[in-house]
Amino acid sequence: MEHIVIIGNGISGVTLARHVRKLSDKKITIVSAETDYFFSRTALMYVYMGHMKFKHTQPYENWFWKKNRIELKKGYVKQIETEDKMLHFAEGDTLQYDKLIIATGSKPNKFGWPGQDLNGVMGMYHKQDLESLETYAPNNEVCKRAVIVGGGLIGIELAEMLNSRKIPVTFLVREDSFWNGVLPKGESEMINEHIKNHHIDLRLATNLKAINSDEHGNVKSVIIEETGEELECNVVGLTAGVAPNVDFLRDSGIEIGRGVKVNRFLETNIPDVYAIGDCAEQHEAIGNRRPIEAVWYTGRMMGETLAQTICDNKTEYKPGHWFNSAKFLDIEYQTYGWVFAERGRPEYEQHFHWRHAKENICITVAFHKDSNEFLGINTFGIRMRHEIFDKWLTEKRDVDYVMSHLKDANFDPEFFKTYENDILTQYNNTFNTNLTAHKKSWKRIFSKV
Amino acid sequence: MKAIKTIGLVIFLIGLAIFTALPLLGTYNLNEADFNTIVKEQNIKSDVFINELKSNIIGTDFNGMQTLSPKISEALNNANESHIKNKEWDKKIYTSSSDMAAVIGKKSANGFIANNKGFMWFLTFGLGIIGALMFILPNVILLGKKGIKNDGVYHESATNRGWIGWMVFIFLVSFYLVLYFASEYATNWTLIVDPISESLSGNPAGHWFVYGFMYCTVMTVMAVRMYIKYRHNIYQVFRTTSVLFFQIVFAFLIPEIMVRLQMPYYDFKNAFPLDYDFFFQWNLKDLINNGGIGIFILVWGIVLTLIVVPVMVYFFGKRWYCSWVCGCGGLAETLGDPYRQHSDKSLFAWKVERYLIHAVLLFVLIMTGMTLYSFFTETGTVLGIKTATVQSIYSLVIGSIFAGVIGTGFYPIFGNRVWCRFGCPLAAYLGFVQRFKSRFRITTNGGQCISCGNCSTYCEQGIDVRAYAQKGENIIRSSCVGCGICSAVCPRGVLKLENGPEKGRINPTEILLGNDVDLMDLVNQK
Ligand SMILES: Cc1cc2nc3c(=O)[nH]c(=O)nc-3n(C[C@H](O)[C@H](O)[C@H](O)COP(=O)(O)OP(=O)(O)OC[C@H]3O[C@@H](n4cnc5c(N)ncnc54)[C@H](O)[C@@H]3O)c2cc1C
Ligand code: SF4
Ligand code: SF4
Repeated sequence: MEHIVIIGNGISGVTLARHVRKLSDKKITIVSAETDYFFSRTALMYVYMGHMKFKHTQPYENWFWKKNRIELKKGYVKQIETEDKMLHFAEGDTLQYDKLIIATGSKPNKFGWPGQDLNGVMGMYHKQDLESLETYAPNNEVCKRAVIVGGGLIGIELAEMLNSRKIPVTFLVREDSFWNGVLPKGESEMINEHIKNHHIDLRLATNLKAINSDEHGNVKSVIIEETGEELECNVVGLTAGVAPNVDFLRDSGIEIGRGVKVNRFLETNIPDVYAIGDCAEQHEAIGNRRPIEAVWYTGRMMGETLAQTICDNKTEYKPGHWFNSAKFLDIEYQTYGWVFAERGRPEYEQHFHWRHAKENICITVAFHKDSNEFLGINTFGIRMRHEIFDKWLTEKRDVDYVMSHLKDANFDPEFFKTYENDILTQYNNTFNTNLTAHKKSWKRIFSKV
Repeated sequence: MKAIKTIGLVIFLIGLAIFTALPLLGTYNLNEADFNTIVKEQNIKSDVFINELKSNIIGTDFNGMQTLSPKISEALNNANESHIKNKEWDKKIYTSSSDMAAVIGKKSANGFIANNKGFMWFLTFGLGIIGALMFILPNVILLGKKGIKNDGVYHESATNRGWIGWMVFIFLVSFYLVLYFASEYATNWTLIVDPISESLSGNPAGHWFVYGFMYCTVMTVMAVRMYIKYRHNIYQVFRTTSVLFFQIVFAFLIPEIMVRLQMPYYDFKNAFPLDYDFFFQWNLKDLINNGGIGIFILVWGIVLTLIVVPVMVYFFGKRWYCSWVCGCGGLAETLGDPYRQHSDKSLFAWKVERYLIHAVLLFVLIMTGMTLYSFFTETGTVLGIKTATVQSIYSLVIGSIFAGVIGTGFYPIFGNRVWCRFGCPLAAYLGFVQRFKSRFRITTNGGQCISCGNCSTYCEQGIDVRAYAQKGENIIRSSCVGCGICSAVCPRGVLKLENGPEKGRINPTEILLGNDVDLMDLVNQK
């Protein structure tokens, strides 16, 4: 029986295993050094905040693996011998494979800051980081202040986590507005305000220079690059992005760039070795996507796709329309299609932006300024229906159509106040159009492309 | 703000302590005249009992029900024993000793509590309400900006099965045990709500009035907490208002006022088979003897169960009843909300749930069948089994122990919907309709789920919502009561409760939206 070995029990590896099991009878082993069972990394924050216990982050009950004949092996892969198809573990044992899938995910970036390995300095990626945070920042007496370095999605989650235990937070962000490499100006500014409203000491355009230690090797303070200011703190969170977790592969013969280099079939340069999820790097970016896509959904999609190939239905990784979502403290964010920030925005892309006068609600719609084709939408504080936007993108609807059918797309809970009319009024005023809002129609919602 | 909360907590606990002590306090002295009235009203023919009470109880001071109740029970047992021996069946007393003690206690209470009802009400209910509100209201400010407020749920003893949770458990269970099995100890509680009862129905309060009044009070106070906690979520605000309205107006006020108007006591929203004794002989007779209004209630009760319930479930899902109207649901969604995370999400629990709830449904149907057969044929037995025995087993095991003691008492341990999930026969019936013929579903938003588990954790019905959401499938489960909390707590906007066309409602998927469309077609079509 063919033995499929997967390194990494994250979303990509586990999705692959589940689908291979559905399609075949192959022997499957998942290897991980982090935890016994698959858990949802995206939920780590809720454990610290007391919304859930760690066991609630595990999407499958423990009996699931045995029942589906998916073997779980805890251990750290130190080395791969692709000639003999053999894994060597740090613990000394080995494992033979017929097909190997590398799904080792990411690790937090460290940019060589002085003091970056002190006690109390941590990323927020692995379960061990959560445990370390629990040790160094159990409450605001042990941790009088925490400094977070790097203003991305994980950084703001870490800020929210610490805030929930009333630990004062200073948030150092290199950019001059939060996440403005991705978010257009209006949205980024709204998030700046929202962060400050939560009494988080947000420092924009500010870099870390060094982390100082006390006599026990614990964090004592940080030094700010721009001003030389010294900030006393007990915990430093490094959340300046993530990089593929591939160092152990450096001399395995598998081609490595920043991540494991793969083609559109998720194959590496070595036969029978594949890579998926955060650690995979496409030779060439697919459409507007980045060569390394470190998000949950893409890891899952790669797993779904590669299972076909492994089970003799060779299938190209061909993701559909881009979508994503996040939550900035209390503000939910969703995006469908492409909406670019100022930086890197194609010259044909034009935006329409609407923001509620009082609430933290706004949307940005991107469209082609010549053809009027709808390109994408960002929404904050309004939930939208994925199916509808996916369909509109496939149908290449023009922006006028989208604006006048927004009610079809609303996904907020029942009885919520709706804003389509306000949005449309502003749109009409801006572009001198005379569109009227169409009532929500189940028929349109359920119609196929 | 913090200080206000602390003071509020102290005041609340004082009120609660006095309330808890009441069953054992108070003085009783039964006089001859009152006793004669009782003998008349209760139609007591036992000379043994009357004489024993006359010599041992009348004119004597008793301190606390615990001194009086054993005497009465002893007298009653002695009396019945001798009547049985002498085959004097017409003299035997069928009233339970607990009920007898309650009747006598109520008439004979004469001390401070009986003479200062209003003041005692203030010391118990009054302090409880004021204290609880002082504890809850500062959250408007302390909870900060609107949003999901589950910080620390699993750090706090009260909501994480810690010692506070266990104390609440013991209190609730004891309270229900008194209510169902030792109602004489509720005498003082009935005294302090007498003025309210008299102003509504014209009668002094019994222990069920205490329960009803307390139910409404607790729901109202805890609804304030819901309003603050979910103030960003208008669905929750509406829903809470709705259950509160139906509890206070339909379950509490209207039946009391109907009694004042010489009509039968009836809760118009309480549908059979939750209202399991609706078809009991005494109830049918009572309704039929009540003329127009009685017949109306009879017809309404049948129409409610056979037509209104399923039609409404078809259009809106079971939620219209379970989390918008029902009293059990109402308490679960207010008092029980802090405990919703304790419902067991395992596959094993789901199996137990399906066996139990359908067994109860079967039980109630068989019992009702027997009841109706006995009613129309005027026999007491069906196939040799006594209908009355079956009825009393159901009333005791399901009606009292399961629905009350376990259903509510176990809130802090097993979550707030133990009864609704594992026991309620009406829920089972509604569930069939919801599962097989309804426009209701919880739509999963394409591929947006990140498997975080908030939805499953906070589903009070123990549904593993994530298991569906992470596959891109809509959630169609007979047990879903449509509380909408899964949708509220989802950080990615994945879940929406909605009513739509039946077609496409159930959508098993393997590959989620966002991936290659050809792959989706290939795999999902299978
Ligand atoms: C706090 C946080 C929040 C996030 N929130 C979101 C979000 O909201 N939306 C979103 O789209 N994405 C989010 N992400 C990103 C998302 O979680 C990742 O993209 C995804 O988990 C990657 O999955 P994966 O399967 O590729 O790898 P991983 O989940 O990283 O799994 C890889 C596993 O392999 C193990 N491993 C690595 N090397 C070895 C070795 N040599 N031997 C043995 N085992 C090894 C690792 O220990 C790990 O357990 C978040 C990430 C974090 C950290
Ligand atoms: S599935 Fe959602 S709406 Fe239904 S009972 Fe559970 S939490 Fe409530
Ligand atoms: S809460 Fe939302 S994102 Fe989290 S598992 Fe449930 S549906 Fe998925």
